[in-house]
Amino acid sequence: MPELKLPVHPGSPTSPRFWRSPVRGPWFTSVLGVVLLGGITVLFVTGLVSYAAYNPNLSPVNDLTPDKGLLGFYLHLFTWPTDPPWLYRLTQGVHVTLGIVLVPVLLAKLWSVVPKLFALPPARSLAHALERISLLLLVGGVLFEFTTGLLNIQLDYVFPGSFYPLHFYGAWVFFAGFVAHVLLRAPVALRNLRDMRNGRTEEGELVAPEPFEPTVSRRGALGFVGGGSLLLFVTTAGRSFDAPLRETAVLAPHGGPEPGGGPSGFQINKTAASRGISAAETSEAAWRLVVEGPGGQTVRLSRADLLQLPLHSAALPIACVEGWSTSDQWWRGVRLRDLAGLVGYEDGAAPDVLVESLQRHGAFRRAALRDNQVRDGRSLLALFVNGEPLTPDHGYPARVIVPAAPGVLNTKWVARMTFGGDL
Amino acid sequence: MTRRAGRSVGSGSSGSSVRAVLRRPYRRVVVGSPLQLLLFVCSFALAGYAGVRLLADGWFGVALWFVGAALVHDLVLLPLYALADRALLRGFGAVGRRAWVQYVRVPAALSVLLLLMWFPLISGRVAGRYEAVAGLPGDGFLARWLLITAVLFGGSAALLVWRAGWAERSTGLRSATNERPPDVH
Repeated sequence: MPELKLPVHPGSPTSPRFWRSPVRGPWFTSVLGVVLLGGITVLFVTGLVSYAAYNPNLSPVNDLTPDKGLLGFYLHLFTWPTDPPWLYRLTQGVHVTLGIVLVPVLLAKLWSVVPKLFALPPARSLAHALERISLLLLVGGVLFEFTTGLLNIQLDYVFPGSFYPLHFYGAWVFFAGFVAHVLLRAPVALRNLRDMRNGRTEEGELVAPEPFEPTVSRRGALGFVGGGSLLLFVTTAGRSFDAPLRETAVLAPHGGPEPGGGPSGFQINKTAASRGISAAETSEAAWRLVVEGPGGQTVRLSRADLLQLPLHSAALPIACVEGWSTSDQWWRGVRLRDLAGLVGYEDGAAPDVLVESLQRHGAFRRAALRDNQVRDGRSLLALFVNGEPLTPDHGYPARVIVPAAPGVLNTKWVARMTFGGDL
Repeated sequence: MTRRAGRSVGSGSSGSSVRAVLRRPYRRVVVGSPLQLLLFVCSFALAGYAGVRLLADGWFGVALWFVGAALVHDLVLLPLYALADRALLRGFGAVGRRAWVQYVRVPAALSVLLLLMWFPLISGRVAGRYEAVAGLPGDGFLARWLLITAVLFGGSAALLVWRAGWAERSTGLRSATNERPPDVH
């Protein structure tokens, strides 16, 4: 091709001779590309799943992306289920842990193709120019998604806006570039791997024309990348389990030791103190649960009143959007459908519910649950956990716990529940 | 695409390439595959649809983060670690131990990777919030990162010593075998 004949100084990164690593070549890039194709597809799908798990179409209080338009096209295709109860724990654990584990693969992939960034001429054709613009969506998008995700799970909210819309819309912008890239490049990558299995030697623009003497084989370099992923896996995956496995997640947030011991010594998303919940407002004398029906019928219940209602038990996990989760805790309390019964709904006819917390600020101080969640016999307004009354940090006097729902929909310090009507 | 390019590099004589270069300015803009153009139009349409929503709330900051992420990675981070690696390689080459570079490169890269990914926790910049919100100690991450780094370098050094010893033993063994008179059968 003519552009190879253009005069470029060998000391400039626009010259192929500038790039000296003997590891670069179609095999290395193709293997990493195929791993990312699978891995990022799983990340994208589990991300969309997590988005659906919030039931954003149910109520404006659940919806942090009201302008989603067609991007929520799939939401009406199914109702977020309550079975299996560990569903969100699994999908979101996979989403975050896999994202962390893929970081070395992503960095290696970007390193392996960096000479192309500087290749001249900038565009060989209109299609090539568009491809390079599309690569900005791809590279900018993937780094944006990984960075916002990693910062959010570490509670470092330095990104410019709310995490949910940034990560959700950013994912779609990235996906636009990703699909184009996969359609153009995946066949090339697969062909490269097949050809090389059949004994073809490495050739092409990624191969350094004047490589340094190797210090590591291509397989060794790939092993290094895999070793990095393995290191991240063993120091992260434990945050989806209880002690002692959690202790292995030494650098990840919500890894390490459990908060305190005893029946309530399991992970806390937001402490009572951090949400401004005082002992005075949750005391037996002050706290009342207000249960409201659509016609304005209202029932006010103290904690003692709630204890007089039929109590039921359910073993359910807590799973956070940040990727950590607990194993099943043994919750005991009043079934949500029984509370719906107090304001006139017969068994099996319980409607959606809007749950409001004592909490005065924070995105999910109010949350809506869908009728299928309310009707599930394991969905509780819990008063006890693991045989003891709830602690303030776990939502005393009463909290919601629903199978397979994201953690923030399990409202703590519940003050009011409005069944039916417009949420 | 790649195949065609590869073949033309291999088969095209330098004369025809020069002619192609000379002819280039007078030719019309090369459009490329119409199928690819269609693909990019679809891709940009979706990116635009999601992009206006992404940028709706403070477009400048978001655009800065989006484009900045790519620029910082490609033009700062990658050159930095590539230069560090070359310096390391040169250093080991200068003392005639080029093969040992792996034993520093691997633990150093893994340690830096962990630092980069968990910087908010390791640096302690979110320690206060983490403690207040999650009820967990926020100050242990630096110590644990240093410990992991020590284990990585220690393990690497142990491996080097073990391999060096093994290599010495096997060369010793080989020379001993060579000195021994061949067995008579």
